[in-house]
Amino acid sequence: MSEYTRTLLPIRWPDGPPKRTYDVVIIGGGGHGLSTAYHLATRHGISNVAVIEADYIASGNTGRNTTIIRANYGIPESIRFYQHSLERYQELEEETGAAILHQARGIVWLAHTEMAMRTERARCAMNEATGAQTFMRTPAELKALIPQLDLTGGGRYPVLGGSHHVQGATARHDRVAWAYASIASQRGVDIFQHTVVTAIRRDGDGGRVLGVDTTAGRIDAGAVLIAAGGRITQVAAMAGLRLPIRTHPLHAFVTNDYAQGFPVILASTELACYVSQTDRGQMLIGAEFDSQPSFSRQSSYSALRSYSYKITRLLPFLRDMRILRTWAGICDISVDYSPIMSATGIDGVYVTTGWGTWGFKAIPAGGEGMAELIATGRPPALIAPFSLDRFRRDHLLADAGSAGTR
Amino acid sequence: MHHLDCPRCGRRPLEEFTFGGERRAVPDAITDPDERDFDEVWIFQNPDGETNERWFHTFGCRRWLTVRRDTGIDVVLEVH
Repeated sequence: MSEYTRTLLPIRWPDGPPKRTYDVVIIGGGGHGLSTAYHLATRHGISNVAVIEADYIASGNTGRNTTIIRANYGIPESIRFYQHSLERYQELEEETGAAILHQARGIVWLAHTEMAMRTERARCAMNEATGAQTFMRTPAELKALIPQLDLTGGGRYPVLGGSHHVQGATARHDRVAWAYASIASQRGVDIFQHTVVTAIRRDGDGGRVLGVDTTAGRIDAGAVLIAAGGRITQVAAMAGLRLPIRTHPLHAFVTNDYAQGFPVILASTELACYVSQTDRGQMLIGAEFDSQPSFSRQSSYSALRSYSYKITRLLPFLRDMRILRTWAGICDISVDYSPIMSATGIDGVYVTTGWGTWGFKAIPAGGEGMAELIATGRPPALIAPFSLDRFRRDHLLADAGSAGTR
Repeated sequence: MHHLDCPRCGRRPLEEFTFGGERRAVPDAITDPDERDFDEVWIFQNPDGETNERWFHTFGCRRWLTVRRDTGIDVVLEVH
């Protein structure tokens, strides 16, 4: 028995249908829902919690992302939040006892034009000022770091330099979700899989939330957290909530095993693509989301062709690799490319959404913040800027350039 | 979805077109003028199913098209 399987704590699945009443009902058993349940149970002593998942846990974007953990954002609010999350990830194996295969390998963001160089220099200055470690690298330094890199960019995208976010890391996404689910369930949280929420009940017209109707029966709840991914617009509409969110598919694929080893996570913001090596040795490649919204999780040939074209300009060795497996996830993109972690104006209803293509890295800090918001009624300072009413106040957190996609 | 049938140029690859967003429709239930403005600016219907949206034929006739599309399966139903 390896450390990998030994540290896998069992989840205590409920042995019957949901109870009649819970203090908190969390809609969505993905990373953010499970992390919120974990923090409610371990930090705030609220364990009378139900997590309602329509499919199996982490079956949505938590299990479909490219597992990159980084904090090299462009605005102070985001850098502080993601840096805290990055540091929580570094301690997560110790905290939960589960081997999540956390590997700090650093992220390099390439720049191919003077304009992009300026953006990366600004990013480095802002990161250092706010507590994230990001440094500029010359082409020679990049070549020493990544021997496979073609500095001419296939003759089309010359590498003028790049920013190196040294604390950037990866971790196994399904194990992160499992670690939070197992500990939350041991503390008394009930996790229901293959249970669909069909309605969110409110007191009269526009009153506080009473609970939810599910395919496993009616549940009364003091608070409801909407943490669904992908179908967030439809779930929020059940509570009468309208969101500034569009849902776009994002594709990714892995190649066969690359035995030589690839040292870092490599990304280019201009090409909007990123590549890393998984712990199985496969090269994992993702890029920008589809321009048109869709709820289809079908991989498209045009996306694979465009991603392959771009990434082989930078890493010519990938031309000799084969695509083994492709998949897609549907991402909730908010208008300003920043997440929404907030109360909603409806008494007892909370929402965590807008996780677009950047949700995985925020799972520890997002759950921690939402749990405190639900337990105390006040958002902690780290998540307060990400409230839903920022659109009304015209205080947007516009940071599309740090999404690594577009 | 790989192609769009442009009424002027015929069937062309999707790469030639630029997505212009869904056609906003503020629900009649919202009556307050400020609320209607807010909704029109920020809120998306984001439907899982049929939707009307605008596409621009950037590398073709450079005209705006109105496309009816099923977002659930990403299939175009009608272009005009």
